[in-house]
Amino acid sequence: MSSVDFTWLIGGPQGSGVESGANIFSRVCAEMGYQVFGKREFYSNIKGEHSYFTLRISDQKIHSNVNDVNLMVSFDAETIFRHFDEVISGGGIIYDSDLEKTKTDDVHTLDDPFKERLHKDLESKNKPFTITGVLEIAKEKGVSLFPVSFKSILTSLAEETDNPRLKGLIRMFNVIGVSLSLGLLKMPPDSLQKTIGVIFSKKPQIAEINQLAANYSYNYATVKFESFNHVLPGIEKEPGTLLVQGHQGTALGKMACGCRFQPYYPITPASDESVYLESNEILEIIDDRLGSTVIIQTEDEICSMGMTIGGALTGTRSSTCTSGPGFALMTEMLGWAGINEVPIVITNYQRSGPSTGLPTRHGQDDLLFSVYAGHGDFPKIVYASGDIEESFYDTGNCFNYADTFQVPVIHMMDKFLASSVITCKRFDTQKISIDRGKLLETVNDGYRRFEFTDDGISPRSRLGIDNGIFWNTGDESDETGHISEDPVLRVKMMDKRMSRLDLILKKIPDSEQVVSFGVEEYTIISWGSAKGPIIDALEMLKKEGISIGFIQLKLLHPFPTDYVNFLLKDAKTLIDIEANYSGQLGKLFKQNIGRDIDYFILKFTGRAMTSTEIYDSLKKIIQNKANKREILIHGA
Amino acid sequence: MALKLGDYRTQVHNDWCAGCGDFGIVNAIQMALAEMGVQRDKTVIFSGIGCSGKTSHFINTYGVHTLHGRVLTFAQGAKIANPELTVIAAGGDGDGLGIGAGHFVAAGRRNVDMTYIIFDNGVYGLTKGQASPTLKLGEQTKSLPSPNTNYNVNPIGLAVASGFTFVARGYSYDVRHLKDLIIQAVKHKGLSFLDVLQPCPTYNDINTKDWYAGTDLVDEAQKRHSRIYKLDEKGFDPVVHYDSEAELNEKLSQSLIKSLEWGNKIPIGVFYKNDTISPYSTRLQDKIPNYLENPPAKQNISKNGYSNTDISKILDSLEV
Repeated sequence: MSSVDFTWLIGGPQGSGVESGANIFSRVCAEMGYQVFGKREFYSNIKGEHSYFTLRISDQKIHSNVNDVNLMVSFDAETIFRHFDEVISGGGIIYDSDLEKTKTDDVHTLDDPFKERLHKDLESKNKPFTITGVLEIAKEKGVSLFPVSFKSILTSLAEETDNPRLKGLIRMFNVIGVSLSLGLLKMPPDSLQKTIGVIFSKKPQIAEINQLAANYSYNYATVKFESFNHVLPGIEKEPGTLLVQGHQGTALGKMACGCRFQPYYPITPASDESVYLESNEILEIIDDRLGSTVIIQTEDEICSMGMTIGGALTGTRSSTCTSGPGFALMTEMLGWAGINEVPIVITNYQRSGPSTGLPTRHGQDDLLFSVYAGHGDFPKIVYASGDIEESFYDTGNCFNYADTFQVPVIHMMDKFLASSVITCKRFDTQKISIDRGKLLETVNDGYRRFEFTDDGISPRSRLGIDNGIFWNTGDESDETGHISEDPVLRVKMMDKRMSRLDLILKKIPDSEQVVSFGVEEYTIISWGSAKGPIIDALEMLKKEGISIGFIQLKLLHPFPTDYVNFLLKDAKTLIDIEANYSGQLGKLFKQNIGRDIDYFILKFTGRAMTSTEIYDSLKKIIQNKANKREILIHGA
Repeated sequence: MALKLGDYRTQVHNDWCAGCGDFGIVNAIQMALAEMGVQRDKTVIFSGIGCSGKTSHFINTYGVHTLHGRVLTFAQGAKIANPELTVIAAGGDGDGLGIGAGHFVAAGRRNVDMTYIIFDNGVYGLTKGQASPTLKLGEQTKSLPSPNTNYNVNPIGLAVASGFTFVARGYSYDVRHLKDLIIQAVKHKGLSFLDVLQPCPTYNDINTKDWYAGTDLVDEAQKRHSRIYKLDEKGFDPVVHYDSEAELNEKLSQSLIKSLEWGNKIPIGVFYKNDTISPYSTRLQDKIPNYLENPPAKQNISKNGYSNTDISKILDSLEV
């Protein structure tokens, strides 16, 4: 059997069910044994603006999207205008034939810069500024068109089932689109029916009419559509496969590793994690009574951080989850947690800055900000996950680091991860070890919270335990925690706290600090979610006999200078790949390693990198045709 | 062995100015703790920034000296994670009603069972006497280059409007009365607020100890009288006795009207007390039935060094 690598795109106005349509499609594909990688793009808007979902399907493990779309389904005009040129020769477009005469000017959500570019393109090809115009271009390129009147599907369905109400249910366009796609692809229909049942399990009536519509549309496609040169009949399913969304990795990690307190303030793309935690607030505990995670929606991110610290002082594993703008508000308190040696975890789902930036779009914008967050010198850890599966296990590690080293840990995630859907192996909670470091269960007389010790870490009491009284202050303090401005003590206390940075590098295993995918003459350094597209791009190059190295930095602060130096000793050309303007990792690398980056591959459009783009740029680098800064721009 | 007043004091040198009203407040807190016989290691004093921020260092319980304006955030976090704790938060009027005003209002809405004491002196003492949110419009304390251009916040009125369920005012030179108020506030099931009038002898030359004592006032009989008077001695009933809109409205509005009294007659005592509103812990318990028996701080999160949380049902639902 030839290998499957297929991309499906669905688009429509925000609020029209694009996401639930995509969920159904993803789940059906996963049920049929395929690996999926999906990503949602949307505007900062509740209803009406364009949103779309790109889903890549394969029989191999995949980690990213590609540029090429094989099948697009749209039930509005905007999706066709924005995405028609992504569909490649041999691909197909299922569209609502009632929209054919729609002009670009009829679509009020098409913004001027886009419209100008589109008009120029259409003009050069001598096409009208209509859906027909853009579809002609697609057809000439070799794309098959599958017109269907979505409204007449509803009308026929209403007549056949003798249920006139169905005629006006345009909310079902999403399910119709999904079902037409699956029919065209000859995906077995049972799985579609089952999945709709699962997705609408809380609303059985809605499930039922959607199932009717799905069945009708599926059959419509098999009977009325010409045959398509892609079919997805299904393959053998690997047992223990999860279909997970971005925010679920860290949320499930928090449940598993004993995080029991999370104050948060709503912000895109971070709040989904907290909402998911609250939806699952009551927890089953092995051989014990029920546990729970207390989630508090606070008045602002400052309060979230203050409460998180307050919770941590009671010995509770506590965290908050935010994005760049919220993290900016937390930084004064970050220093307080630093000087008072409070273990907390801040999960930072980054987005495009500066300021509000592109509020619903991707960016790895906060690396340097996180490394330097807070005034004054204090120890902290900045740790980044490369994918959703990693993020589950990394969350457990982050809490262990926080407890062991008694420092705040900033766990870097981002919008790309948050709005991705992937198949992966079922998470194994047995791999989540719990290490609370020097947290005390009982305390003897004469306790001093900040006692000087050989390794610079003092035994940690918690609010409310017998004999464990301590004082905290944001001022410099003595061993008991009372204010001191003594210059000699100041030096000892700063040394005590800051010595932790070396200890962190010594104690965290190398494999948790940096993941090496091999080092070659050309070697990539990168971090976070850029990992997925890089891995897929390297796989493409390998098939052509080209080997490029890649090291993924997970521990970004303190910087693993010695280990990175060791790993990169044979790498001659260094390529930094990340989703920000300035190549922040490259700067950090230069500062710590003293070596220049030879090439940067950067993307800051707010859209995630595709493996295609990285592949293209890497090829240019190898062929010596690349700019020092390769800037990627793919994606609507 | 019963604890004595001295057991609630630390040996930390107190560096407040001589004659500072803060001393009375710390004494009253220590006396209240001793009288209630609270367990020192189940009690936490949180404090903000400024002179009053040092309060937590002088009291021999757990003490958490936090950040400017943020004391309530830390305190609520600790109390929610471990509802067994007795939590008192202390801070200045600039701290709580200026930089921290947003948290003040939000805390009222939550009604977490703890006590918040504001040291109210009208100035920012530790930064050399700038106007604080409670200083009246047009007043010029001695280190202000020109009269205050801002209208004052009404701490009692703001607390009542924000949802605090116990609202009172004390005076730092009436330590016994203040001590009694603190005991009532701590015992109240919900968020209690104490606005404590506290002369700053160094920077506030308007609202001085003598001014509160009324040394500049004489009544019709040519007798001097203090500006401060006690609400309970005037038969003021601050309690919302039953859960009805009419009762609530009456008690809310009378406390607001009372809170506006200032000048030659300044009321202290309890302005408002409402036990009909649920404390935050009850609201959490409605969602998480065993919250109070097994709150975050008490939960056992591991077994033999590994996770003991069973998320298999959630994983099952995600499995395809």
